[in-house]
Amino acid sequence: MLRALGRYSLSIVHELGDYALFTGQAFRSAVGARRLWRRIVRAGFEQGVRCLPVILIVGMFTGLVLGLQGYYVLNRFGSESLLGTLVSLSLVRELGPALAALMLVGQAGSALAAELGIQRNTEQIAALETMGVSSHAYLVTPRLLAALVVYPMQTALFVTVGLWGGSLSGSLLLGLEPGVYWSAVEHAIKSQDVRECFTKATTFGLLTISLCAYHGFNAHRCSSATGARAVSASTTRAVVQSSIIVLAADYVITSFLV
Amino acid sequence: MGAESNQPLLRIEGLFKRFEENVVLDGASLNVAPGSLVSVLGRSGAGKSVLLKCLADVVRPDSGSIFFDGKPLGVGNDLARADFRRRCSFLFQSNALFDSLTALENVALPLEQTTDLPDKEIRARSLEALRQIELEAHQDRYPSQLSGGMQKRLALARAIVTRPELVLFDEPTAGLDPLRRNAVFAMIAKYQRQFGFTALVVTHDLTEALIASDRVALLDKGRMCFEGTPAEFSASTATMVGEFRDSADALGRTIAAIRRGEALQPEDS
Repeated sequence: MLRALGRYSLSIVHELGDYALFTGQAFRSAVGARRLWRRIVRAGFEQGVRCLPVILIVGMFTGLVLGLQGYYVLNRFGSESLLGTLVSLSLVRELGPALAALMLVGQAGSALAAELGIQRNTEQIAALETMGVSSHAYLVTPRLLAALVVYPMQTALFVTVGLWGGSLSGSLLLGLEPGVYWSAVEHAIKSQDVRECFTKATTFGLLTISLCAYHGFNAHRCSSATGARAVSASTTRAVVQSSIIVLAADYVITSFLV
Repeated sequence: MGAESNQPLLRIEGLFKRFEENVVLDGASLNVAPGSLVSVLGRSGAGKSVLLKCLADVVRPDSGSIFFDGKPLGVGNDLARADFRRRCSFLFQSNALFDSLTALENVALPLEQTTDLPDKEIRARSLEALRQIELEAHQDRYPSQLSGGMQKRLALARAIVTRPELVLFDEPTAGLDPLRRNAVFAMIAKYQRQFGFTALVVTHDLTEALIASDRVALLDKGRMCFEGTPAEFSASTATMVGEFRDSADALGRTIAAIRRGEALQPEDS
């Protein structure tokens, strides 16, 4: 029992170290990589434009629900005028970065893990290495660098749409004065909140894309399955671990920044 | 510059590789002269593909030495290894084409990622490679839209676009019918002469290998048990060579025995 626990703990430490080396290698490979910009733009398109609909839809519904729930709670205390404060701070500080990251993990992260897993299975990654092309520089680095830009942008969009969602349910459906709502939003958001929002978004981007790339890239090392099942298992692990790490990192960053 | 004519372009000495308890390469050695077409024959599971993957650095050997153009390619010889990769191409059994890239993009990939050539030059050279391999009309198609033979040719176009001195072929005819097998070997021999590269082909197709190769080697249980010309192979009295060479006759004898209703001795496959 104790031996099994020790072996399991060691395997986790080993995997964490391996993941850290993988991420470090991806950043190091940026030096001297040829035609990197093109691949960054392509990765930005995949993470940005392709994920836009889900960000807009989830952002809007998050704002609508926050507006509704917030209005009913604040109404009990006669403080409906604070609805803008509640919606904006919830979105900017917590829900915006976390939910946008989770949506991006679901769409771009899972696609990345599956794509790299298939490329590993069909020897495309080995083919790159035999051509003298760094597979990290070609496949991972552009995605990682794109995520550092795209995640904050998607989060900003999510928050903006969410604020409009809150305004819609608060003003249009429940009769709160739009001026009151937007004035509360304007007074509530401080530059520190925006900094916190972007710090979280960038961190989540780095953690989730590197984790998804790591699992896809190493699909062949999956001990429980081979072939298509290994791709499926590594994609599932990538999405589950990324989702957990978003919430865990959210807690850590919040406890340091608040 | 390439190797001197009396010096092998590629020299493998005592390569050893095991996967857990399974010894796949057990001291394999081989010399490949510049400009020649050498076929490594062997049964399935004899270690042929692992030998090639050790050369391509996809698999790391446990011991032994590999020399390219006289320089060792072991751990720590990064410059020699980089030089080897620049001058060598690998054609995978599965072709390993990028399925999300078009034929032209597949061929252009090694030039884009390993050279500083301008885009115009890369496109011209990629189109030229496709034209030489008679796939120019299919440049905008994805690998999944091409037939098996076309995919093989596309993989070859990608392998030769960097103008390598050595091309490693891993079971190029695996899973193909006899007509296609002939066509692929003819293609390798034709382009090997046309482009002047040295070819190392790993295969278990005896007839085609004997016709198309300058030299053949036979790998059995991780060791080279024969190395020589196709004529020497045909004349060899070595047991393993005989067994491999006479496999068609052996099949005839087995089938005849089955038809006579005789009990068969279990044979190692």
